[in-house]
Amino acid sequence: MEILDFVMTNLNLLGKLTVEHISLVVVAVGLATLTGVPIGIAITQNERIATVVLYVASVLITIPSIALFGIMIPILSTIGHGIGYLPAVIAVLLYSQLPIIRNTYTAINNVSPGLREAARGIGMTSAQRLRKVEIPLSVPVIMAGVRTAVVMNIGVMAIAAYIGAGGLGVLISRGISQSDPRQLVVGAIAVSLLAIVADRSLLSLQRKLTPRGL
Amino acid sequence: MITLDNLTKIFDTDRGVVTAADHINMEVPQGEICVLLGPSGCGKTTTLKMVNRIITPTSGRVLINGQDTTDQDTVSLRRNIGYVIQQIGLFPNMTIEENISIVPKLIGWEKSRYLKRASELLEMVALDPAIFLKRYPNELSGGQQQRVGVIRALAADPPVMLMDEPFGAIDPINREVIQDEFLKLHRELKKTIMFVSHDIDEAVKMADRIAIFKDGKLIQYDTPDDLLSHPGNDFVKGFVGRDRALKRLQLVTVSEVMETESSVVNAEDSLATALQRMDDAGYERAIIVVDGNDRPVGYVSRSVATTAKGKCGQHSYNLRTVVRPQDDLRTVASKMFTHDATWLPCVSEQGKLMGVVTQRGITHYLGATYKSSRSDDQNVRRIRVAT
Repeated sequence: MEILDFVMTNLNLLGKLTVEHISLVVVAVGLATLTGVPIGIAITQNERIATVVLYVASVLITIPSIALFGIMIPILSTIGHGIGYLPAVIAVLLYSQLPIIRNTYTAINNVSPGLREAARGIGMTSAQRLRKVEIPLSVPVIMAGVRTAVVMNIGVMAIAAYIGAGGLGVLISRGISQSDPRQLVVGAIAVSLLAIVADRSLLSLQRKLTPRGL
Repeated sequence: MITLDNLTKIFDTDRGVVTAADHINMEVPQGEICVLLGPSGCGKTTTLKMVNRIITPTSGRVLINGQDTTDQDTVSLRRNIGYVIQQIGLFPNMTIEENISIVPKLIGWEKSRYLKRASELLEMVALDPAIFLKRYPNELSGGQQQRVGVIRALAADPPVMLMDEPFGAIDPINREVIQDEFLKLHRELKKTIMFVSHDIDEAVKMADRIAIFKDGKLIQYDTPDDLLSHPGNDFVKGFVGRDRALKRLQLVTVSEVMETESSVVNAEDSLATALQRMDDAGYERAIIVVDGNDRPVGYVSRSVATTAKGKCGQHSYNLRTVVRPQDDLRTVASKMFTHDATWLPCVSEQGKLMGVVTQRGITHYLGATYKSSRSDDQNVRRIRVAT
């Protein structure tokens, strides 16, 4: 088959693009987790701020990725990074905020009131309660949010090829511009496979991180 | 010892100002269990939660062992009070050992000390440490979980314990078992305990003193027997139930009502002797036959003694059942009904006859309290307040 031939002859290229793609997503979602989880925890303290933050995050996610990349070109050109790695990472970071913040917020708020009262009543400070009870119990749901972000953004990163960020989207964009179905199909399937593998691996990571008693 | 001094809580709600607790004054003596009892919304839980400041008092003071807790730091106050709630609240992400050790760890005990304590406490509630220390809460039954909840509250050896309907979520069969175990534990540890309940039977069983609340006010504060025999007003009368005299039965033991001077006969005595002794002693129905060791072996009924001739041993009926001196009258009454008996012999551990408990003896004993109150002034004030 043509497609298999193509894959065999271009294994190096495929490998390089896959690694680029993975590193883009890992860095972006990793940063998003570092910002999103603390924000999610912080907004559990205040209902009104929570509503605003969640609203902003959900608006962000509705912006089509092409449009978001487009918006960032003039902004980031001022620091010489209008296209390429930086806008791609920033866009994915913004898209990942909603699933991560919302899952963190919901998970912590859903810790049963009985547990919260027990923690308060026996003399834990709020910080101790967060650290010892609420966060450990929220890990499964937070991880689910991270997984959602990863799978979704593996797809978004495919579009980042159009602003020169690299990754498997390169095959897709070339396949379209060169009318080459082989590149197109290989690119598309590779992205899908990557998403499936990433989801499965993060699922087993989630299971490892979930405290034993749950 | 816990003292509440004019403790008040007023809530500002959309429906206006609600006084959840109105100038509560009471004292729980050292080592006693005080049950706060009352219908929904009466202020008992609010009052309890003001002691460890889960709810902040609007005014008034709480004193623990004589010390005013008003200015004490909330977190250190709570670490010094054991707290058990209805939902149990064991942390699912921690092992049983970690759950029990949590407060000692927070206050800085050494590892070896709190681990040892966890083991000891598990043994006290009949849970084998070798099995249970490393288990997780979701692997335990509800009853086992609440036992752990109770010993978690005791882990740091606090002087005082607060319990908010702690056995409410347990099924009725296990609830009785846990209540009995808890009372046994209490006899050993003698903590000062405030216990919220809405169940009069639980209160009568567990309390040294009962505080009845209604609409935020403390209505009556008395021992269970006093409360049952002298309810202060119609509300309390209704709350303790129309069968309050029967409820008192569980508070009295056989040793308090039995007749210790009993005439008996031996197997070798004649029926005529039996009849004579029955007449002398004023027994209407029967007389007990004992063996050489003072152990009851049967009884001779009056009708047989009047109509037949011969030895007691040949004409006696078997005893239906016996009771012990420490049995409560509720068990005794139940046995009497089961065996269609108006009297039962009371025997010691070794089986020796100690006395006889009769239905009449029971009703006389309970009725004596009512007779004295009827002859008292009707407006007797039964509320005991802290001075």
